[in-house]
Amino acid sequence: MSELMKVKVSSSPHIRAEDSTRSIMLDVIIALMPALAVGIFVFGGRAAVHAIVCVLTSVLAEYVYQKLMHKPIAAFDGSAAVTGLLLALSLPVSAPLWISIVGSLFAIIIVKQLYGGIGKNFMNPALAARAFLFSWSGIMTTYTAIRTKLPLFTSTYDVVSSATPMAQLKLGVMPDASAMDMVLGMTPGCIGETSALALVAGAVYLLYRRVITWHIPVSYLGTVALITFLFPRVPGQNFQCMLAEICAGGILIGACFMANDYTTSPINKRGQIVYGIGCGAITILIRYFGSYPEGVTYAILIMNATVYLIEKATASRVFGHKVKPFEMGGQGK
Amino acid sequence: MVYTFKRGTHPDGNKEHTQDKSIEILKAPEYVVLPVSMHIGAPAKVLVKAGDTVKLGQMIAEAGGFVSAPVHATVSGTVTKVEPRLHPNGSKVMSVVIENDFNDTWDDSVQPFDYENMTQDELCDALMKSGIVGHGGAAFPTHVKVKSGIGNIDTIIINGAECEPYITSDHRLLLERPEEIITGIEILMKIFGVRNAKLAIEKNKSNTFERIEELLAHNDGIELCPLEVKYPQGAEKQLIYAVTQREVPSKKLPADAGCAVFNVDTCGAICRYFTLGQPMYRRIVTVSGSAISNPKNLEVRIGTPISNLVEFCGGFVRDPYKLLMGGPMMGVAQFTTDIPVIKGTNAFLAFDKTGDLPKPTQCIRCGRCVDVCPMSLMPTYLYHMNEKNNLDGLVGYNTMDCIECGACTYICPAKLPLVQGIRAGKHKIIASQPKK
Repeated sequence: MSELMKVKVSSSPHIRAEDSTRSIMLDVIIALMPALAVGIFVFGGRAAVHAIVCVLTSVLAEYVYQKLMHKPIAAFDGSAAVTGLLLALSLPVSAPLWISIVGSLFAIIIVKQLYGGIGKNFMNPALAARAFLFSWSGIMTTYTAIRTKLPLFTSTYDVVSSATPMAQLKLGVMPDASAMDMVLGMTPGCIGETSALALVAGAVYLLYRRVITWHIPVSYLGTVALITFLFPRVPGQNFQCMLAEICAGGILIGACFMANDYTTSPINKRGQIVYGIGCGAITILIRYFGSYPEGVTYAILIMNATVYLIEKATASRVFGHKVKPFEMGGQGK
Repeated sequence: MVYTFKRGTHPDGNKEHTQDKSIEILKAPEYVVLPVSMHIGAPAKVLVKAGDTVKLGQMIAEAGGFVSAPVHATVSGTVTKVEPRLHPNGSKVMSVVIENDFNDTWDDSVQPFDYENMTQDELCDALMKSGIVGHGGAAFPTHVKVKSGIGNIDTIIINGAECEPYITSDHRLLLERPEEIITGIEILMKIFGVRNAKLAIEKNKSNTFERIEELLAHNDGIELCPLEVKYPQGAEKQLIYAVTQREVPSKKLPADAGCAVFNVDTCGAICRYFTLGQPMYRRIVTVSGSAISNPKNLEVRIGTPISNLVEFCGGFVRDPYKLLMGGPMMGVAQFTTDIPVIKGTNAFLAFDKTGDLPKPTQCIRCGRCVDVCPMSLMPTYLYHMNEKNNLDGLVGYNTMDCIECGACTYICPAKLPLVQGIRAGKHKIIASQPKK
C-alpha cells in the first residue's frame, strides 16, 4: 500500500473556465470608461464627482448590508460598482450630489439586496433607481447646455435648462444638434448617454471579450431603427430621424449596457431576441405617445418584469425530444 | 466539410504535452489486479482460485450475464489472491491478483479466427468471449452493442473525437496504428452487415488524415469525417448528430437512430482479437498533468497498478493535489495510485495545487450554461430546482436527459457546481419513481 497522499477528491468536471463574476464586471467597467470620459469632457469635473459618489455609495451600501445581515461579503465583486457607474451615467450633471447618494442606496438596498443580492433582483438596479429619482422630476429633467462651468460639489439651482434632442423630437422638429454632435456626444443630456461613439466602442469591447452577445443590442436597436425609419416623427426625414432616435437619448446605453444586464434579461438566446424587440417597441411607444420625451428606462423595466415568462415560452426543444420542455403546468414530455 | 453538433464549449486542449510522444510499451508489472467488474453490467464470475497457474489470455472470469464481459489473464503466472481490492470507482471490488512469471506464455485458446469465412452469428458469439468493452471510458460490453444493433443500424460511427483535454491515446493510435483500426472497422461492418462507416476525428488530429485517406482509398464504404474541435464532440449522441444529423430520441439508444458508435481503440482490439486471437489484455493510457514529470502515452497491461505508470513517467514533479482516472471534464477523482488500470482507463492525470477549484458564488444569470449545453437544457434552472427539491420542475425540464458532460460547470463564471447539482437531481428523480 503506497502512503496516503493529501489529494482532493471531488466530482467532475475538474477544470473551470477563466472568466469569473469579477472579471466580467471589470470588463463592463472598462467598457463604460469611454462614455464616462466623454461625459467629463462635455459636462466638466462635476460628472466625475457624480460617478465617484455613486460608485462609493453603492459598494459601501452593499458591504454594510451584507455585514449587518451576516451574508458572505460580495460587495467587491464589481457588480455594485457597475450599478453605481451606470446610475451616475444616467443622471443629469446638474443634479445635486444627494441625488446620487439616494439613488445608489435605493438601487443597492431596495432593488438588489432585499431580493437576495446579485443575480436575484428582477429589475435593473440602476434603472429602477433612476425611475425612483424621477420623484424629483424637476431635478431629473434639467439638462444644462454643454461645456457649462458648474461647481464641483455644491447644488446648482440657477442653471439654464437646454433642450435635449429628445425633447425637440417630441415637439416634432429635427434636433439642433448635428448628426456629428450626437455621435461625438456634444449635446445636452445625461452624463453618459450623449456620445454614440463612446458607447458603441464600449459595446464592441464587450462583444470582443464575449461578455455580451449581439442578441439584445441588435434586436433592441434594430426594432427602434425599423419603426423610426418607417414612421419618422418629422415627416419626410426618415433616415435622419432614425439616426437621431438611435444616437440621441438613452437608447445606446440602454441597449448595450442596461437591457442586457445578465440578471434581468432572459438567459436563452431566443428569449433575448424577443425581449430586445419588446424593449425597442415599448421605448418607441413611450417616446411617440407618452408624456416623457424619453422611454428607455421604463421600457427596460417593463420588459424586466416579463423575463421569466419569456424564458419559459422560448425554452429550446431538448435534444432528442419532439416538444419543448415547458407546457402549461410545467410538465414536459 | 467539417462536422459538428450544436452548442458546446472549448476548454484548453492541453494535448501538446503528449501528442507528439510515441506510444511506449510499459513492461508488464510483477503482479496485476483484475477486478471482475471493469464494464457496465453484471460482474464477471471468477473461474480460478489462489494457487492456480494461468496463462496469458486465459479466461479467468466468465461473463455474469448477457450484459457483462469476461476477464482474461493479462500476464502468465500464478493466481495469488482472489479478494476485494480498491477499484477506480472508489469501492472495493472482487479482484483476481496474478503474480507475473515474466514468460508471457500464451494460452492455447488464443488462436486467430478465420473471420473472412465466419457467419454473422459466429462472429457475434466469438465477440462475446473476447472480453472487449468500449475503450472510450464507459466500458459498455461491445458484443451487447453489436447484438442489439444488428438489423437496426445502417451506419457505424468510429469515435476518434477525443474531445477531453490532455488525452492523446486515440490520437497516437490513429497516427501509429491506423491499419489495425481500419481492419477492425471492416470486421465490424461485416458483423453488422452494413456498407457505411464513418471515421470521425477532431481536426486537431489532422496530421493523421493523410495516412488514413491513403488506407481508405481501397474501401469506399468508410468515410473520414473531420470534426470541429469542440467539447463534448465525442459524446455518443452529439457525435451521431454531428456526422448524420440524426437525434437519438430521449431515453433511447443509438441503434434507435440507426447508428452504432465504437471508439477507435475498440476497433483496434477487435482487429487484434479476430486476426491474432488476443482477448482484451492491454490498452493505451495517456499519463499527463501538471504534477507528472514526463507525460507519456503508454501501452499497458490491464491490471497494472497506476503507481507503475507514474513511476515510468518519472514520478511526481510536485506534490499531486488531484488525481484523475480519465479526462479533466468527466474523469473520476482518485485518492491513491494503488489502483489498477481497468478496461475503460484512457488516461491517468495528476495535477498540483494550481488546479484547485475556485469557491462558488451566486448565479448571475449570464446564460452561458444554456449556451453551452449540448442537450439544450437550462442547467441553472435544473441546479436551482435541485437545491429546492422541486421534483416536478426537475422532471418537467428534462433533467434525465443530462449527459453529465460538465460543460455548464466548466463555463460558469460564478463557479457553481451545476452538473454536480443536476446529478443529485437525477438521483432524486430515480429515487422518487416506483420500483419496477
